[in-house]
Amino acid sequence: MTSLPAQPGAKRLGLVIDLDICVGCHACAVNCKQWNSGGIAAPLTDLDPYGAEPNGVWFNRVHSFEAGDGAKGRTVHFPRSCLHCAEPACVTVCPTGASYKRAEDGIVLVDEQLCIGCKLCSWACPYGAREFDEDAGVMKKCTLCIDRIYNETFDPVDRVPACVSTCPVSARHFGDLGDPDSAVSQMVAARGGYDLMPEMGYAPTNKYLPPRPHKDSAGCTGALAELAPAIPAGSGGLLGWIDQLLSR
Amino acid sequence: MHPSFSVIFFTTASGAGYGLLALLGVLAPLGVTPTSSAFGFVALALALGGVTAGLVSSTFHLGHPERALRAFSQWRSSWLSREGVASVVTYVPAGLFAIAWVFFGTISALLGALAAIGAVVTVICTAMIYRSLKPIQRWHNSWVLPNYLALAVMTGALWLALLLQTFGAGNRGVAWLTLLAIVLAAVLKLGYWRFIDSSASASTVASATGLGALGTVRLFEAPHTSENYLLKEMGFRIARKHAAKLRRIAFLLAFALPFLLALVPLFAAGWPAALAALLAAPLATIGILTERWLFFAEAKHAVTLYYGSAAA
Repeated sequence: MTSLPAQPGAKRLGLVIDLDICVGCHACAVNCKQWNSGGIAAPLTDLDPYGAEPNGVWFNRVHSFEAGDGAKGRTVHFPRSCLHCAEPACVTVCPTGASYKRAEDGIVLVDEQLCIGCKLCSWACPYGAREFDEDAGVMKKCTLCIDRIYNETFDPVDRVPACVSTCPVSARHFGDLGDPDSAVSQMVAARGGYDLMPEMGYAPTNKYLPPRPHKDSAGCTGALAELAPAIPAGSGGLLGWIDQLLSR
Repeated sequence: MHPSFSVIFFTTASGAGYGLLALLGVLAPLGVTPTSSAFGFVALALALGGVTAGLVSSTFHLGHPERALRAFSQWRSSWLSREGVASVVTYVPAGLFAIAWVFFGTISALLGALAAIGAVVTVICTAMIYRSLKPIQRWHNSWVLPNYLALAVMTGALWLALLLQTFGAGNRGVAWLTLLAIVLAAVLKLGYWRFIDSSASASTVASATGLGALGTVRLFEAPHTSENYLLKEMGFRIARKHAAKLRRIAFLLAFALPFLLALVPLFAAGWPAALAALLAAPLATIGILTERWLFFAEAKHAVTLYYGSAAA
């Protein structure tokens, strides 16, 4: 049923992504691809995998942005995946009932057996979370690793999404954002975590933590205020080169 | 948005078909059209043929067309599902209206009215599929629904005028109705184009990333080297000058020429009026195909904000 749950549950599982820490290594995207190539949404088809234009289904994409100019400017690596919204239009537009939002934990899923591949859900998502599998003819998306987080054969420490378990710098956190006392909710409160495109009204569950304030003066960073010139002034050309060589 | 031919053909053909069906359902019981079985057969075959060809073509872009019946199940929340249900339900009064007219010579006002209501409701559902999508600001606005309705009535009226001329039953009332429908549709289309040129989505790359407080945000590096599904489906871009040229072509074919041709029967009956009607309907249909291609090509999706667009 693609109507949203009449009684949304208190539990809202999701991710918190720390843009201050992310180094843009793409490990989360790669481990997501690896895990889900063997999971319930498998295979995540690749087209032309060894050719000139390899492309395929990924649930997680890492963009890099520049923000600000000059000394104030910075590079921000920006992982993008399904936000498991509280008001997911991708679910309500689905004509078949293949897309649904779970009442018990808020996870948004696709039942591939019901999907007719009309692609309307991907049009309804402003975040680009859904990718069509041309080979299978159905829509695929992040499952929040539902086959890991409830997997009792795993050690409790491993019952987190693949992207979270693999992040080498702990920029990704998994938890219950419906519980104000959870570690992720407290992190969001302390760091000013925010929603992407709040004006769309989708009420995303996942939150992003902003980069921390910049250190933008020499005193702050400990760098020398003025560096000595590397090459002594006035000694150019062949003689200058010989002079440099001999003075090593 | 990628202009997919199956959807462009579907919305154009079913729009014209439902427009013609609605006009027949209302005008035939009023005695405006010929009452012969032959006219009923040809007119309703054209209307229902256009609708059916459109509906069948719309299943061609599905990943699993064999599961298309499932699309009738979620009418409580989905405009696409409602469109499917409305289109099938409309066949019932339309089919009975056709059978009663063609085989029993009875033109039922009740069945005609029900078929007309079904046709209008189905076109509303089609328009609402686009109108309801918030990530596409150029669709999520109040111009879209009146445009779809007016274009359906206009193309339906032009095809009806063609049928009447073919059966030697040209009608001044229908001629005036056609002119009015063309003017209304042209005004609404110009209004839509003006709206999308002068307004912008509330979403920007700053709100999409939440990094606006740091300064101007721009894409430094895309996440992948070749085009993915998102870029193929939603990253379609059309150069502004090409769009301007295509708008002029669409306006000329869909509105300007059909308007001039639709004036002919008011001044000259007989063969000039027939020839004019014969030209006007196909020209307008080609114009609407161009207009519908532009409706997709000019629509920008919010996901492009993550791929280098500053505004959507």
